[in-house]
Amino acid sequence: MTKSTEIREPTVVAFLCNWCSYAGADLAGVSRLQYPANVRVIRVPCSGRVDPLYIIKALQEGADGVLVSGCHPGDCHYISGNLVARRKFAMLKSFMEYLGIEPERVQFSWVSASEGGRFASLIEKVVKDVRGLTTSKKIAREERTAANVW
Amino acid sequence: MQDQERKMKAAAKRLFDDQKVDVVVGFRKGSLPNSSRPYFARSAADAEHLVWNGFCTANLAAFLPKLFEKPARPKDGYKPPRIAVIAKGCDGRSVSGLIKENQVPRSNLIVIGVPCHGMVTSNKGAKAKKEEVARACQECVSPTVKDADITIDGEGRKPAKTAYARVKAFAGKSSEERWKAFVKEISKCIRCNACREACPNCYCKTCFADQRKPSWVSPANELSETIVFHMGRMFHQAGRCVECDACVNACPMGIDLRLFTQKLAQDALDLFGSTPGIAGDEVPMLNTFAQDDSQCFITDPEEK
Repeated sequence: MTKSTEIREPTVVAFLCNWCSYAGADLAGVSRLQYPANVRVIRVPCSGRVDPLYIIKALQEGADGVLVSGCHPGDCHYISGNLVARRKFAMLKSFMEYLGIEPERVQFSWVSASEGGRFASLIEKVVKDVRGLTTSKKIAREERTAANVW
Repeated sequence: MQDQERKMKAAAKRLFDDQKVDVVVGFRKGSLPNSSRPYFARSAADAEHLVWNGFCTANLAAFLPKLFEKPARPKDGYKPPRIAVIAKGCDGRSVSGLIKENQVPRSNLIVIGVPCHGMVTSNKGAKAKKEEVARACQECVSPTVKDADITIDGEGRKPAKTAYARVKAFAGKSSEERWKAFVKEISKCIRCNACREACPNCYCKTCFADQRKPSWVSPANELSETIVFHMGRMFHQAGRCVECDACVNACPMGIDLRLFTQKLAQDALDLFGSTPGIAGDEVPMLNTFAQDDSQCFITDPEEK
């Protein structure tokens, strides 16, 4: 149980596509680039595989932010997976913002397999954005405490 | 309207007499005063019960995927049923959406288009109001069915212009205010799933909300679960919602779902120029892409 006075480290869940962004993250690691350790990587076959429910669910389970990253448009291993995803994410981002979820909480980006540096600076930016949020988490379940667990 | 009802009955009877259909999906008088309920007429005699009045709010397209569902063990020589549906403008839009999504075989469907005068608000929920034309009908852009097989003549409502004034007003509030308003609205929900059952787009055999492995939404009575259910269900309508307000009319708690589902319709139009069920796109909006789709929402770490 965390006390409210403690400074809690934010957690960012990152859905990375197997072919570009995950390899980009790998390259960042192999190149010994420094980036915040707040990110939790989930490897997916393609950014098109990311169901909006994954994002909503990650926020519900307590993530402070969610990042989805795939191949640059035109570079998709499955030809058009990221292009279909782009439409879906445009709608999702706009819809979530409309409902009152800060745009910094849910972010989308493109990172290729050769862009280790870009991956490191992307994570830095996302974690900084999420840290900068002053409002409390949205959707998240109430934390289980002795008082509300029966 | 009486005239329309007479013509509609005659058209339905003629279809049965000519043996063109097995079922006509329409409305009959409800058990309460000032109400109509969906009705499945299976013979010319049944067709006598059909009614057409200001209380025909339900979206009849919602029944079609179930009626066309192939049985698990079809008998030899199974043929899908031939169905006629009485359609208002919004039902017609839903039907064309379902055809696009391969839920309804066009060859076995006869759409009887009735020009719609606008339906009356249902007297349910916390705020039971006087009878007036429902908001969905006031803002309706297509009161008549465009590609009906049989059109009942008569004057319909004048189509409204798409304005989305409420959506714009809501979007103008601060993020925190919007979240509070959303949560306040959603916290009324008793999770009866009536919105889902009434929605013509919610035809999944197993809804994500009913799925248990993995469990997307727990049955626990927690606000967070209700929010996930509604966000998930509403987002599934992205680029498909025809703003018929079947969900709003079905809701026993009077939740203003329209305020949120309309945003999806507005985005579909603004971002991708798609008006579900009207614009002649052959493929559902989110099943396709364009090379020059907007990228403005993408985070670029190198951007200063």
